[in-house]
Amino acid sequence: MSQDPNAKVAVDASEIGANAAETGERDLSHHTDVVDDHEALEEAPDFHVLAEQGHVATALDPDAEPIISVDNLKMYFPVKSSGLIRRTVGHVQAVDGISFQVPRGGSLGLVGESGCGKSTTGRLITRLYTPTGGSMMFEGQDLAKLSNSQMRPLRRDVQMIFQDPYTSLNPRHTVGSIVGAPLAVHNIVPKNKILPRVQELLEVVGLNPEHYNRYPNEFSGGQRQRIGIARALTLNPKLLVADEPVSALDVSIQAQVVNLLQDLQKEFNIAFLFIAHDLAVVRHFCPEVAVMYLGKIVEIGDRETIYGQAHHPYTQALLSAVPDVKQAAIGGRRERIRLEGDVPSPINPPSGCRFRTRCQFAQEICAKVEPPLLQIGERHKVACHFAGELGAHPATPVTTDLLAVDDQGSPVPGATPTNKQLTIPGYEKTWYDLKSKQTTGA
Amino acid sequence: MTITSPSSPSSTTSAGDVEGPFLQVEDLTVTFPTQDGPVQAVKGLSYSVELGKTLGIVGESGSGKSVSSMAVMGLHDARSSEITGSIRVGGTEIVGLAESRMRKLRGNSMAMIFQDALAALHPFYRVGDQLAEGYGIHHPKASKRDARRRAIEMLDRVGIPQPDRRVDDFPHQFSGGMRQRAMIAMGLINDPSLLIADEPTTALDVTVQAQILDLLQDLQREFNSAVIIITHDLGVIAEMADDVLVMYAGRCVEFGTTKEILTKPEMPYSWGLLSSIPEVGASTDARLIPIPGNPPSLLKPPSGCSFHPRCAHRDKVPGDLCVTQLPELTSASNRAGHLKRCHLPNPQEIYQTEVLPEIAPDLAEETR
Repeated sequence: MSQDPNAKVAVDASEIGANAAETGERDLSHHTDVVDDHEALEEAPDFHVLAEQGHVATALDPDAEPIISVDNLKMYFPVKSSGLIRRTVGHVQAVDGISFQVPRGGSLGLVGESGCGKSTTGRLITRLYTPTGGSMMFEGQDLAKLSNSQMRPLRRDVQMIFQDPYTSLNPRHTVGSIVGAPLAVHNIVPKNKILPRVQELLEVVGLNPEHYNRYPNEFSGGQRQRIGIARALTLNPKLLVADEPVSALDVSIQAQVVNLLQDLQKEFNIAFLFIAHDLAVVRHFCPEVAVMYLGKIVEIGDRETIYGQAHHPYTQALLSAVPDVKQAAIGGRRERIRLEGDVPSPINPPSGCRFRTRCQFAQEICAKVEPPLLQIGERHKVACHFAGELGAHPATPVTTDLLAVDDQGSPVPGATPTNKQLTIPGYEKTWYDLKSKQTTGA
Repeated sequence: MTITSPSSPSSTTSAGDVEGPFLQVEDLTVTFPTQDGPVQAVKGLSYSVELGKTLGIVGESGSGKSVSSMAVMGLHDARSSEITGSIRVGGTEIVGLAESRMRKLRGNSMAMIFQDALAALHPFYRVGDQLAEGYGIHHPKASKRDARRRAIEMLDRVGIPQPDRRVDDFPHQFSGGMRQRAMIAMGLINDPSLLIADEPTTALDVTVQAQILDLLQDLQREFNSAVIIITHDLGVIAEMADDVLVMYAGRCVEFGTTKEILTKPEMPYSWGLLSSIPEVGASTDARLIPIPGNPPSLLKPPSGCSFHPRCAHRDKVPGDLCVTQLPELTSASNRAGHLKRCHLPNPQEIYQTEVLPEIAPDLAEETR
């Protein structure tokens, strides 16, 4: 079959010309408001219309209630020895005690290098893995403790969009059965109502509803990702875990999919846990961002704080490594913080702060005491003994009073730790001010 | 510009002892005959790269960026492809060159770094042996021990810790960044004067990407080689390339210095590329405006300008020029060295007044 868009249009146009009057099918194939990328554009797209469809970055709603509250979540994968008797010889600490909240209808971005545990977190929340420890409170129920059968009705509300649109769709099923499967499984609508709902969904994601009986191989990468999104939307989820939803797509298509996700979020009030390694895409999509390193959240906060005044050396290094188009006007490379070496093995992570092996500020205390994820601003938490803005890291650890240790990390006899708010998932009304070393409020 | 048919190579000088640019591509056309008809993957492409300079090639998948550089490396099978035009590497004509002579150049005076290092390295052979093989072939007099020493030296040069031990590792024992380094070491082992990096950092994390880009730049400075970097990441282009070539549907649609192309682009496709990528430092009021539709099929490319079915500024060109006539690659707004292939009469004005306020409101304010 010829995939040429122009030939396709010629056929469609003549068909419509011949049949439109009696069948009235024209409406169906033409009232998609998102540009259908399978059809060629018959008229020149107008730039202003396009610009209207393009979205600015999502804004933060500070008062939104959390839809999911993750507390001290852990996932350890056993490492088995080789041989006949496969004993467990260690654990990959893929996710090691992370806490965060995703606001209802909002989005939290999860960034980090490969192997930092961000995808594992996504799979834990959708319960594709059963967590080793911790809790995930969703609508009053703890997803971490539910059995598979108890989990089933809740799967409606928590859905996932996968990274690779080429491997996440069954090649032997039609689009209609892929998108309709959740409806059949959950027995939501009668069998004869499945097809209309599928067509509705295809239209929502900007595909031609007539294409329900095609197979995934007949679609391009961007369109397949739309099919994956339609499938995730089928059951009206309240929370969508999007695991690198655009990184397998071509540059020009990425923007189409990001805009679509923003449209859907607004229209259906869906909360997103947006996992990606592309910091620019996350910045555009998520008003709140968490940075992960080796199974832990090292910094979490709102977009302006994370991208503007990051306090953790790792976040700063990550941001300085992103190549910037604006650099073209200046020429040369940007000043960057070079991280030496690779991420250590999560089987045997470094003691204390996990980032210390690659951190230029690391001192003795970093090896002895693990820094708590400390709230240092209204919506800003950081896990570092030497937290400070770029170029203004303090010379002495900021956490000593809270942890009752001296500057070298040894316990101070008689002193008791004063910090009570170390691992709560959300934000407190009061926080620890780094300058005055006192707890302050707004 | 003359169309040079495959001429007999008069000299086989391998290094840059010639006048002018080290790599000169003129009117290159690559055609693949397929069952559905011939596919012209590259059409009339001309560019040149001087020693010590970096050319960035950008475009979507299927725009011909990899095909054109594989033609430079002579990697297309003559039985399943037709190449016309001229590619001169250090004065040697590549098009039509016998395979035996091509082999002497490939890996020696020019080398390529591929995107997927795991797929490009042989899983059964030790990294060191794979490196040494390339050295041994082009240095027949070198002993095995010399080749191994050279492999260790290169691994050290690209920043692999304990190179004398890691040289005996297999590719799977390396992390992604180290594999990419090993690939670079392999490419550079014979000090090539031309290095083609095909999406060298696409599969890597940003921190590793920064390390690899630093390394490429250091090595270029050290060996004064000509580098072609193929990528779709405009940020990488901005920081690495001296000149940029924007490709669409097999053709060059815009060419110029990096600063020109990224700050004053004149072709709607380049605008589309800039507007469809969020920037990490941009204002949050910047809109993300996708390029509508999909890249065209090269079996039946659109008439006239191949970008016209997706172009949002087509209505600003009088008549149906875009549909009927392929625009010539002409000088843009009378600035030297900036070429564009577009019918728009006043692209600068449109970019400044219409596009920029949407995609970079802060920049538009500044320039106003």
